[in-house]
Amino acid sequence: MSEESGDGALPAGVERRTFDGERRLATRGKPVYGEPTDGAWRAWDAGRSKLGAMIASGMDVGLSGGETVLYLGAASGTTVSHVADFAGPTYAVEFAPRPVRDLLDAAADRDRLFPLLKDARKPDTYAHVVESDVDAVVQDVATRGQADVAVRNAQFLADDGRLLLAVKARSEDVTADPADVFEDVLGTLTDAYEVLETARLEPYHEDHLGVVATPDRSE
Amino acid sequence: MNDGWFAGLDPGDGDAAARRIREGSAPEPADWPGLAVESGFADDEADYYDRLREATLAATRAAVTERERADDQQLVHAVRAMDDCERTANELAERAAEWAGALFDEAGSGVDGARAVAERDPDTAAERRAVSLAERVVDLADETEELERFIEETAPAVAPNLAEMAGPVLASRLMALAGGLKPLARKPSGTVQVLGAEDALFAHLAGRAPSPKHGIIYTHDYVRGTRPEDRGSAARAFAGKLAIAARIDHYSGDYRPDLHEELRERMAAIRARADDGTENAEGGDDE
Repeated sequence: MSEESGDGALPAGVERRTFDGERRLATRGKPVYGEPTDGAWRAWDAGRSKLGAMIASGMDVGLSGGETVLYLGAASGTTVSHVADFAGPTYAVEFAPRPVRDLLDAAADRDRLFPLLKDARKPDTYAHVVESDVDAVVQDVATRGQADVAVRNAQFLADDGRLLLAVKARSEDVTADPADVFEDVLGTLTDAYEVLETARLEPYHEDHLGVVATPDRSE
Repeated sequence: MNDGWFAGLDPGDGDAAARRIREGSAPEPADWPGLAVESGFADDEADYYDRLREATLAATRAAVTERERADDQQLVHAVRAMDDCERTANELAERAAEWAGALFDEAGSGVDGARAVAERDPDTAAERRAVSLAERVVDLADETEELERFIEETAPAVAPNLAEMAGPVLASRLMALAGGLKPLARKPSGTVQVLGAEDALFAHLAGRAPSPKHGIIYTHDYVRGTRPEDRGSAARAFAGKLAIAARIDHYSGDYRPDLHEELRERMAAIRARADDGTENAEGGDDE
């Protein structure tokens, strides 16, 4: 694991490298969305990736590399392709067919990235494919009921696994104060999780809250 | 029963594997890699993941192709058929109720009445015909529901933004009125606003009536649920965003959450006028 002072530890396979004079996160893999590259490394744009922003802003996401990951809301594969670069088996769930076309391209170049056209609100439609005891559930779905989605998918996590959730306030209620929305979401999360850390994702993403949580199986 | 996608599968049968990935389900996850090796489906964990990769790529590729092939014309047919079925069911239900009323003591009206009649055991030739007629009504009503379900599943794939914004059925009606997604995408928002109110529009153009404020979009809560004095504003704002949604759906197909947020904010602002008692200055809120 590579350490940098004053910052959260980066997972093995993720490094800070210089692209066009700027220090940015990077992983090793084939480019997916026209991002800048440096040899085998490609820049991980924290402005386009909530997980990238969580790592870049120093949150302890508990990843060290090689984990089994369930990624909910994979969209066209921008972030999940970076995850698959440093993690182990990575299940990518996305509901909309068109972005999944691009996700399939990203998956074609990675041998442990499994794309699934499924609805993250209905885990039973992929529980026959996604294994139990995954090390991390990464969630970035822009629909109402983001906390419910996280609660329903808690069943996939190992006891010491991590939920890495990006909550988008405006997906829940555009008119409400984001702080109130985040409080509601965190309240619902306690049905299945113990929240370890939260942080706003500004300046990378406006009105987003990054949440790190672990399953609460005390009952 | 909690089986993985590979349970009982011939490891060489790629088609069956892809179908299982797409159509299968399980109440909860399990250690599928371990179970697959144990059952002999895979030699070891690496072999399992190789097979899983092949199956998920094939399944997802096929699912995407199928969802994308569902095109706007199928929706146009489906929504028109749904309306025909519903209208015909109601019409026939009246006839069936009238007949049943003459034969049986308690015969309700409408489709629900027809459902009760269809359950009966007929004794005479006339009763047989009346019960049979009621059964047709029930079939038509059931078909209406099936068509609606089809529309709800298909519209989000064909027009993700339009379906999210208007709801799958209204999105399909707008496409049907325009003749498809492409013609809808080419219409200015003022036309989208009055689609389905052609009679009123032509009466207005002939100088006989005021301009219609809304067409079929009236059925949406954004318009109907707004107080009458603000409905023109609501219809105009809604139609403007619907026109943009149709263009994005036709020309790019990406889902754009921001578009929906903008509309929600706009609607909240329009409706807030009712709360703070502002008199509506019609025309003062053009975007």
